[in-house]
Amino acid sequence: MEYSNLQRQAASLKKSLFDQGYLDEQFCQIEYLQDEASPNFTEEVVSLFFENSTRLMTNIEQAMEKNPRDFSRWDVNMQQLKGSCSSIGASRMKNECTSFRNICGDENAEGCMRSFQNLKREHGVLRQKLESYFQVLRQAGPAVTAARPRGM
Amino acid sequence: MASRKGLGDEGSAPVPHVLAVDDSPVDRAVIAGILRSSRFRVTAVESGKRALELLGTEPNVSMIITDYWMPEMTGYELLKKVKESSRLKEIPVVIMSSENVPTRINRCLEEGAEDFLLKPVRPADVSRLCSRVLR
Repeated sequence: MEYSNLQRQAASLKKSLFDQGYLDEQFCQIEYLQDEASPNFTEEVVSLFFENSTRLMTNIEQAMEKNPRDFSRWDVNMQQLKGSCSSIGASRMKNECTSFRNICGDENAEGCMRSFQNLKREHGVLRQKLESYFQVLRQAGPAVTAARPRGM
Repeated sequence: MASRKGLGDEGSAPVPHVLAVDDSPVDRAVIAGILRSSRFRVTAVESGKRALELLGTEPNVSMIITDYWMPEMTGYELLKKVKESSRLKEIPVVIMSSENVPTRINRCLEEGAEDFLLKPVRPADVSRLCSRVLR
């Protein structure tokens, strides 16, 4: 089967997202749901994720500013974000959420601040990488199948 | 609220209508997508309160699949209200949660939940569940 350069590029971008741990198998599960009736399902769900995660992270940041050492509140908010990350396969973000929650459990405010900064970085990087991926996918057109990259 | 009609063949049995309840818009989209891919009619709402409102007006809900942790009304509380209602108690209710807490799972099953799914929910999980519950 011949693949256009764009399709190869899309596949390569996706593989690197998996290789570098940004995404896990759950992302493939989302892609498998894409069909003729919902040709942009994956991108729609990812877009929802970033809209939702941005809001949740703003809530967490405000909670950390306005409710210092209210670890219970911070944890509840972070649990929500972790759930979203898990649902789309945002693996590195999910792991950072777990790390934050563990540090919260230790009631280490400074540690939480550092972890949250890491999380913000991961969020930004993932958004950028997925935007690039979907941009190439759109240019490549249909026929790029939803599958876990070879070798994974 | 998101609703998708099932794609049953003409003349065949009505397509099952599943009510999905989750305060997370991401999870609502994912579970609705999974159910749609299995050719179910789906209505997705964001709270137990909205779910009960819909159940009051929609006569033919075949199954409810609900997140456990939601603000104001948990999935467990929604389950209890459904099972306490003479009109609704026969509707199978499935609970989803990202946390594997045995006491929570047992409590839901004892209250009459059909099953308990761990998140992230996968198409295969839902497909197996729906095959058992709805067909």
